[in-house]
Amino acid sequence: MRIVKKAIIPAFGIFAFAAPAMAAGGGLPQLDLSTYSSQAIWLVISFIALYALMSTIALPRIGEVLEERQNRIDDNLAKAENLKAQADAAVETYEKSLSDARAKAFDAIREVKEKAGAEAHERQSKLTAELSAKIKQAESEIAKAKIDALSGIETVAVDVAAAAIAKLINEPANENSVSSAVSSALKNRT
Amino acid sequence: MANPIEQFTVRPLIEINLGGLDATFTNASAFMLLTVASVTMFLALSMRGRALVPGRWQSMAELSYEFIAGLLRDNVGSEGRRFFPFVFTLFMFILFANMLGLMPYSFTITSHIIVTFILAMVVFIGVTIVGILRHGVKFFSYFVPSGVPMAVLPLMIPIEIISYLSRPISLSVRLFANMTAGHIMMKVFAGFVIPLGIFGGWAPFGVDVLLVGFEFLVAFLQAYVFTVLTCLYLHDAIHLH
Repeated sequence: MRIVKKAIIPAFGIFAFAAPAMAAGGGLPQLDLSTYSSQAIWLVISFIALYALMSTIALPRIGEVLEERQNRIDDNLAKAENLKAQADAAVETYEKSLSDARAKAFDAIREVKEKAGAEAHERQSKLTAELSAKIKQAESEIAKAKIDALSGIETVAVDVAAAAIAKLINEPANENSVSSAVSSALKNRT
Repeated sequence: MANPIEQFTVRPLIEINLGGLDATFTNASAFMLLTVASVTMFLALSMRGRALVPGRWQSMAELSYEFIAGLLRDNVGSEGRRFFPFVFTLFMFILFANMLGLMPYSFTITSHIIVTFILAMVVFIGVTIVGILRHGVKFFSYFVPSGVPMAVLPLMIPIEIISYLSRPISLSVRLFANMTAGHIMMKVFAGFVIPLGIFGGWAPFGVDVLLVGFEFLVAFLQAYVFTVLTCLYLHDAIHLH
């Protein structure tokens, strides 16, 4: 508003400057009352004409174009949003299937591992049982052999002792006393 | 030296008499019709393409539309939409009248007090009618400022009424005085160019070049001021304070 007031001040200055010219020419043409009726009539005519042209033709046309553009923009935005939602959904399904596949793979691996572990365990226990049976058999065989050997030793020892005695005294030894002596000696050792 | 106020002379072109009323078609009338034609041509031709992506001319047309729509929205609010065609017409009429007046040898219709006064009175009476239609008798409470002690009301109410009644005068004189003063100044300085000769004449010529630029600013600014004040008056009538 300040600029408006500033502009009014030179306006009145200029009137003072133009005063002599006004006196010579019979005053400002703006103050000539005889022109007022024609000015008023033509102003009203032209202003109403412009108002009619603006309100019926120009403004609706511009408004239409602006609205159309806004609609187009809104439409495109809606479309873009829709596409984005679709893309999001696709990404979601992709991720879901990916995680599903991963879980499936883990399951399969775990199953295989469990199966292999069970099999190994079974095999091991089977082998252990087999081995322990074999060990037992071997042990019983060894024990049997030991018993055989021990009984063999006694006869051999009796024979050797009898032969030694016969050689020493030049007469056959009493078999019963030799065998009882050997068996008692063997008994003392064990 | 040429008479600096000769440019404002109204010259009759076709004598018309409507039952004793002088309706002579003058150079002023011709420029009024030219203003109407220019505004219409500008908007109609630039919007002819109805392009989705506007070109330069269409951008200007849309810009003027959105400029006034924004002005009305900011100053009056959503109730102002109904007055959009009127305010737009007012702005374009004054703007084009001011701009056409800057053409050499042309006539500036807004440099005539009767023209600006009628425009201001249309706004003044229109705004008052809008206010009364909207608020009835309550509209006159506009002259009673709120939050003022009772003692000063006898002083304040006449002041408010006088300031309200002086609106059309300030509105019309502002536009008329600005246009008249600017054109007289340009003419005065132009009148010095030839008499001061080939050496001295450059100084007023340079001043005139600056003045022309300044006058374009004033031409736009005064159209804008007239429109903004109309919007503010509308706001007062619709919202009361």
